[in-house]
Amino acid sequence: MSTSTSLPGGQAPESASVDKERRNAVIVTCAVGGVGVAAIAAPFLSSFAPSERAKAAGAPVEVDLSSIPLGEKIVVEWRGLPVWILRRTPEMLQSVKKADPEVADPKSQRTQYPTPEYARNEYRSIKPEFLITVGVCTHLGCSPSGPFPGGSNAQLGADPGFVCPCHGSTFDLAGRVFKNKPAPDNLPVPPHKYVSDTVVVIGDDSRA
Amino acid sequence: MAEQKSQYTGLLGWVDERMPTLMAEYKKHLSEYYAPKNFNVWYIFGGLAITVLAVQIVTGIFLVMNYKPDAALAFASVEYIMRDVPGGWFIRYMHSTGASAFFVVVYLHMFRGLMYGSYRKPRELVWIFGCLIFLSLMGEAFFGYLLPWGQMSYWGAQVIVNLFGAIPLIGPDLAIFIRGDYVIGDATLNRFFAFHVIAIPLVLLGLVVAHILALHDVGSNNPDGVEIKKHKDAAGRPLDGIPFHPYYTVHDIFWTAIFLILFFAVVFFAPEMGGYFLEWNNFIPADPLTTPNHIAPVWYFTPFYSILRATTEQFMIWLAVGTIGMAALVILSIRNAMVRGAVAVGTIVLLLGYFTLDPKFWGVVLMGVSVLIFVPLPWLDHSPARSMRYRPAWHFALLMVWVVAFLWLGYLGTQPPTPAGTLVSQVLTLVYFGFFALMPWWSRMGTFKPVPDRITFVAH
Repeated sequence: MSTSTSLPGGQAPESASVDKERRNAVIVTCAVGGVGVAAIAAPFLSSFAPSERAKAAGAPVEVDLSSIPLGEKIVVEWRGLPVWILRRTPEMLQSVKKADPEVADPKSQRTQYPTPEYARNEYRSIKPEFLITVGVCTHLGCSPSGPFPGGSNAQLGADPGFVCPCHGSTFDLAGRVFKNKPAPDNLPVPPHKYVSDTVVVIGDDSRA
Repeated sequence: MAEQKSQYTGLLGWVDERMPTLMAEYKKHLSEYYAPKNFNVWYIFGGLAITVLAVQIVTGIFLVMNYKPDAALAFASVEYIMRDVPGGWFIRYMHSTGASAFFVVVYLHMFRGLMYGSYRKPRELVWIFGCLIFLSLMGEAFFGYLLPWGQMSYWGAQVIVNLFGAIPLIGPDLAIFIRGDYVIGDATLNRFFAFHVIAIPLVLLGLVVAHILALHDVGSNNPDGVEIKKHKDAAGRPLDGIPFHPYYTVHDIFWTAIFLILFFAVVFFAPEMGGYFLEWNNFIPADPLTTPNHIAPVWYFTPFYSILRATTEQFMIWLAVGTIGMAALVILSIRNAMVRGAVAVGTIVLLLGYFTLDPKFWGVVLMGVSVLIFVPLPWLDHSPARSMRYRPAWHFALLMVWVVAFLWLGYLGTQPPTPAGTLVSQVLTLVYFGFFALMPWWSRMGTFKPVPDRITFVAH
């Protein structure tokens, strides 16, 4: 160390004889070096964000609804997510109305997963017959099972609806979560629009 | 430098003259590390954990030679290892059984610590390093579980990554950042592979070294919980200590043989362990569009998972009552006005949070706390005696109540959620946290037996 050369006779350096100027230089060097070390973390951390390829893989999907049988659900993939299309019978629509007092957010007013303006109605859809929703539970992202008819599932009780196998959240046939369940929100409605009477585009709701 | 003549001859002498560290460390950690002579069978699990770690590293290296970390190829490459690679099934079953064995051994190792007060002063750092090892092990197991790319791999990762999404404000973006995609996908698999095979193992090995070094500095605890360093002979060796090598190496080798018999019985005859070590649904390739009808984590995560599931909207009221009770107890017991004020403010902030943020977020918080609550244990336990041997019998009963709560939560976590099950798990969650939260009070209460000056030991 340089301090030992300045002390004759091999005496141990005393703390009082610290060269203030050099000590400050050491502190400044450490601080500047520290900033450099912190900065080098940036490229590593940014490599964790979705890649350009992942971002590009979100193109809208076109679906023909005419082949769905009444009362049945089909699943289409959009951005890697399961999007459900349920063709509801009049009885199913009746059950949605009946479930109003039992669901946590009957009018879809919560904003965590905002329901698009055009689906913020009784049946959460553009056309009451077709429920279009992302089949991913708002609790921790499992995909619920169903639809189960009323009285066929212990967790749903007398209501028809969907049941999440992971933590037992239940949803009515409009994708609205029942009260006092782990999921805080209704199933999200993806942006979508009808390009003809029977063809819907999922992932695009621009009014062109 | 002056040439030093070694006390050893031959090759060892030649090495010792050039690198005296080698024999010095051998003595410090093995031949002249004095461990209490009254160790019982509860003291085998540290050594067994190292054995399992070695099994996992060796089998892991060989699995990587045939595994493909690619969402399109991963599932098939694991089946290829199982069916086509000579001996592949054996290596893979050793690795999958090793994962469960690791947790069995570590849980028993931790229970030993709880029973004999091994975390008490001056072993706080040994304990904290141990807690960090447990945490890394959970990370290692979680990252590894995604790699076979089966249905449970996929949906388990989906649920756990989404836990981070429950954090207010930054949550959803953080979840995307962890996945590297909007859904669990190839990017996620690749980074989990990197964490599983290199990042976490390096951390784990470093922590194991720190755990052992810290232990060897303060010396091992023992079933009596007395310090053997209090009584030393003229040469400074503890009177009640015996050299780790050969005494405990032989003891550990014997028990390792027994352990390996059990371990290979599982590997050969029940590698799936009825769906608990390898879950049935994980033999179906990952399908992002359908969640299996019943998903549950592997058994070693289920107690914490049950706590997550128990946190519903109703439970927040129980939690609020518990928090207010705790705050009242702290305020009544501590005279310091600053502490009292801080506790009061903290409680109000918590209570506001309970009813403004989603129960989902608090479930995640409680699950995290249930793992981390082991860390402050050295400062929560105020019992005058370390070992349960000299503490009131009901202290041990209390510990066993906690163990039952832990196991029962674990059982409930493997089952589909039912209203009754949720209620039971809520009660058990309160028991789980109450044991630790009330420890500063209950651990001083009762009649303690006199702690002996030296260990109790009867030669065989």
